[in-house]
Amino acid sequence: MRPLRLKAIAVKEALQILRDPISLVIALLMPFMQMILLGYGINLDVRNLPTCVFDREASQDSQALLKHFQASPYFRIVETPSTYRDVIRALDGGACRLAIVIPPDFSQRIADSGGSAVQALTDASDDNTANIAIGYAQAVVGAYAAEATAGAAARAGLSTGPLQPVAVQSRVWFNEDLESRNFIIPGVVALVMALVGAQLASLTVSREWERGTMELLVSTPVTPMELMLGKLAPYFLVGLLDAAFCLCFAVFWFKVPFRGDLLVLFLTTSLFLVVVLGIGYLISVAIRSQLGASQIGLLVTMLPTVLLSGMAFPIDQMPKAVQLVCTFVPARYYIAILKAVFLKGSGLLELWRPVAALLAYAAVIGFFAARAFKKRLE
Amino acid sequence: MTVVSVHGLGKSFAGIAAADGMDFDVENGEIFGLVGPDGAGKTTVMRMLAGVMRPDRGSIVIDGIDVLADPEAAKQHLSYMPQRFGLYEDLTVDENIRFYADLFEVSRKLRAERTGPLLAASNMEPFRARLAGQLSGGMKQKLGLICALIHTPRILLLDEPTTGVDPVSRRDFWRILYGLREQGVTILISTAYLDEAERCTRLALLHHGRQRYCDTPERLKAMMPGTLVSFTSRQARAVRDALEGQPGVLGLLLYGDGVRALLDDAAKRVPGLMARLASAGLDSEPPRPAEPGIEDLFVALLKDEES
Repeated sequence: MRPLRLKAIAVKEALQILRDPISLVIALLMPFMQMILLGYGINLDVRNLPTCVFDREASQDSQALLKHFQASPYFRIVETPSTYRDVIRALDGGACRLAIVIPPDFSQRIADSGGSAVQALTDASDDNTANIAIGYAQAVVGAYAAEATAGAAARAGLSTGPLQPVAVQSRVWFNEDLESRNFIIPGVVALVMALVGAQLASLTVSREWERGTMELLVSTPVTPMELMLGKLAPYFLVGLLDAAFCLCFAVFWFKVPFRGDLLVLFLTTSLFLVVVLGIGYLISVAIRSQLGASQIGLLVTMLPTVLLSGMAFPIDQMPKAVQLVCTFVPARYYIAILKAVFLKGSGLLELWRPVAALLAYAAVIGFFAARAFKKRLE
Repeated sequence: MTVVSVHGLGKSFAGIAAADGMDFDVENGEIFGLVGPDGAGKTTVMRMLAGVMRPDRGSIVIDGIDVLADPEAAKQHLSYMPQRFGLYEDLTVDENIRFYADLFEVSRKLRAERTGPLLAASNMEPFRARLAGQLSGGMKQKLGLICALIHTPRILLLDEPTTGVDPVSRRDFWRILYGLREQGVTILISTAYLDEAERCTRLALLHHGRQRYCDTPERLKAMMPGTLVSFTSRQARAVRDALEGQPGVLGLLLYGDGVRALLDDAAKRVPGLMARLASAGLDSEPPRPAEPGIEDLFVALLKDEES
């Protein structure tokens, strides 16, 4: 390895990035777009769920219950139909996702038997939202029931003893406000790193083939190792720059808490960059057209990173076979690290497993990438 | 001193020989030409010499280094200019020169000393800050040559360097090559232009992937069978058609002002041919003896081989 040759390749590659509009867009604009689109786009929180209520009794009691729904931030009452048919039409047409139906003998039943049922109809074409909506609806009704019981007891002159013998006292850790954005954004950082790294690196060797500069390059004494390291060095810097940008964007714009150590973030990000740049470089060596290489690069980074890395969909909820596939997605380790560093403030010691996995990946991919390029024309 | 030694060199693609039976030695300070039409195998030979393509058979020794055994060591001694422009169009003239200087580990001081004269000799001085992609075809080739020379190679491999280059740049280019030869640089050049072939010290004629003849231009011309005469006529095409297949006519080549004919015995054949032209209603001066060029030679030698 000769430093002057390494520097020559790195300087040349850096000049080419600066003068290539496509590379610049990928390096500078893509991280920004990804952060905006995914930061705002992927939101698993259920708020302001369009709801319709069919109050068949219209009594003081039923109105009191509905007030609870109105006061809840999770529901937004959009319609008050007066027939069942209208309720069904509202659900079918998607005007509302949840319908609350209060029976005509609501107050009567409470007075007679001390309990009444309320019907909740939900559109479960999105099962996740439906589940959450039912949970929230139960909580709202439960709150109303507790209040009603307490009121009745007070009126009867009874002491309000323990109404519930056992109750869960929950405390939420790490993401105290249960903001799904805090959970998503660190994953978006990983996606940006994977996309930018693999995309840019996938162009670097294929560009030489496509523009006919490879023939001259392989006739010089440059070694494959110098070529690889020299070519990837500027992209490594671009990757770190993008990581810094994403971090600032996450913390200052999306207000995601950052509780960890910047050094830990820097080290693990560098490790992940080595992995994705290596993957991109391997693709670039294998495929001699820039378009083909960038398509493959997109395929092998985007899909696994979005679907199989735990960015938005928890891996431990997946079938066993899919979980096995996830083991081979390097982004999952980096995302686990990012979430832990952002939200839990974890250090390298607690993160030794995913860090070791990334190290193993970097070593294996680096090994193959260093041997992939042959200084031959065939 | 023999600088390049090629023996039994061959390369096949999908079972078809792109180059075969290449055998030549190049002495120090020669301008050695690989001459032949498109598809003759010139580029394949050049690539194998440059160490960027592995031969199937034969041997190449450059400056005492076995290229097949250690292509990387040989690359330190030579410079290769591929047929297709191989420099970076999004880099400036200066940046390209610097890139190749660094790849050959030329010190900053030496680079500065060499760049000036090279740019001056090729009239490229005013374009140092221009992107290579915005240069004309001839200037690109001159920049390619400058980059190839920045590490003062002992051997220069030029694959059709003047194809598509304007006459002025071509003249500059050859002036630089002659200057290099005086400095003891050995040059291997491939060309399909036969006027350029005459400027070489020795030639190998390539046809259909095989090496046919290898000698100095003069001796190759002396090998030409028969004598060459030139018929001057306004109706050159008709004259050629009339002479086609006549006894004693070995070859015909159309020129702007007439036809060149290769005859086995000029004194014996000319009267009959004149009579043939007269009977075809074509007027022509009596033919004059012509100085054969490499093109005539090429046609004659290959024709000779086929028969």
